[in-house]
Amino acid sequence: MTDTAVPSAEPQGRATPARWQDYVALLKPRVMSLVVFTGLTGLICAGRPMHPVLAAVAILCIAVGAGASASLNMWYDADIDARMRRTRGRPVPAGRVQGADALALGITLSILSVGTMILAINLLAAALLAFTIFFYAVVYTMWLKRSTAQNIVIGGLAGALPPVIGWAAAAGTAPLNAWLLCAIIFMWTPPHFWALSLYTSEDYAKVGVPMMPVVKGARSTRLQILIYSLLLIPICVAPAFTGLGGALYLAVAGLGGLLFLVLAWRLFRSRAGEAADPRNREGAQGALYDVKAAAKDARNLFAFSILYLFVLFAALLVEHVFGLGSLRP
Amino acid sequence: MTHPAPESDEAAKARGRRNVVLALGLVAFVVLVFVITVVRLGANAAHQPL
Repeated sequence: MTDTAVPSAEPQGRATPARWQDYVALLKPRVMSLVVFTGLTGLICAGRPMHPVLAAVAILCIAVGAGASASLNMWYDADIDARMRRTRGRPVPAGRVQGADALALGITLSILSVGTMILAINLLAAALLAFTIFFYAVVYTMWLKRSTAQNIVIGGLAGALPPVIGWAAAAGTAPLNAWLLCAIIFMWTPPHFWALSLYTSEDYAKVGVPMMPVVKGARSTRLQILIYSLLLIPICVAPAFTGLGGALYLAVAGLGGLLFLVLAWRLFRSRAGEAADPRNREGAQGALYDVKAAAKDARNLFAFSILYLFVLFAALLVEHVFGLGSLRP
Repeated sequence: MTHPAPESDEAAKARGRRNVVLALGLVAFVVLVFVITVVRLGANAAHQPL
């Protein structure tokens, strides 16, 4: 991903007229696609027959709810987004969309997505969706993000809930297996995000956001990544023993988990995040996620963590769609 | 009394396109509510005793 057309750090007012695509960008479509994927997995894994139109509406509500919370996040964080290289091109800090418009869009879509979920699906799914939006926009964005190094650990719950919402939409309940899917994403978030922040932490330090590498240093962050990875793998394997996953899932979770641990160990032994990257300095050009050699291990774990989560949920989807049996009799 | 600066052609076109997308979104939402109503009514009717 390149970041060549970077505007200046300060908001510019209405430099160019807002295009409709700018409002789409407020919804963070790439994050939305991940939420749709995990929400769909929860919905399918529930194993309850559901009218395809209502299933599509449930997934649409989850996607729009995620977009709403992203828009609220961009409204609230415009001041720090404007000063960070990774985010200064977003519609609000770049001056293409006014903050009040992002706020209005976020509130409107929150009401529409939760309201539609109540009318079309059920109250539990709607309540979980409302809680997820609230947790991301208020608890994470407005409170945790700027106040504690545990921000993404606790805030990760918002990203972990979509499979539970999908499950609740299909079944009307949220049993242990649904929360197991939530636990996987919850425990996956710290090693995933901290691996990234090891080579982008200067941006956060510049704006005073207490990301773990900024507060505790690179070595402590690498150790915590290793600890969270050790905790993550048993949770990823667990669905194979609760009737949720089958042999394919167990193979993917086990082998992928081993590779995850190897990469986390390599990262722990590396010096990633310990030297300042000159490309992150003000006015520097170049690709955002280009990293110097010392941060290669952090980049490798970051990239593999995305693949690992994807194949885990894809394996569950394949098993449930094609009726491959679970390991339990 | 002062008047606001006239809107540029580019800004007017962008506003027009935003309005079209907003209108399409509203129509899509109306259709969505209609379809949900039909599906929910159909499902409930199927469960009524004869």
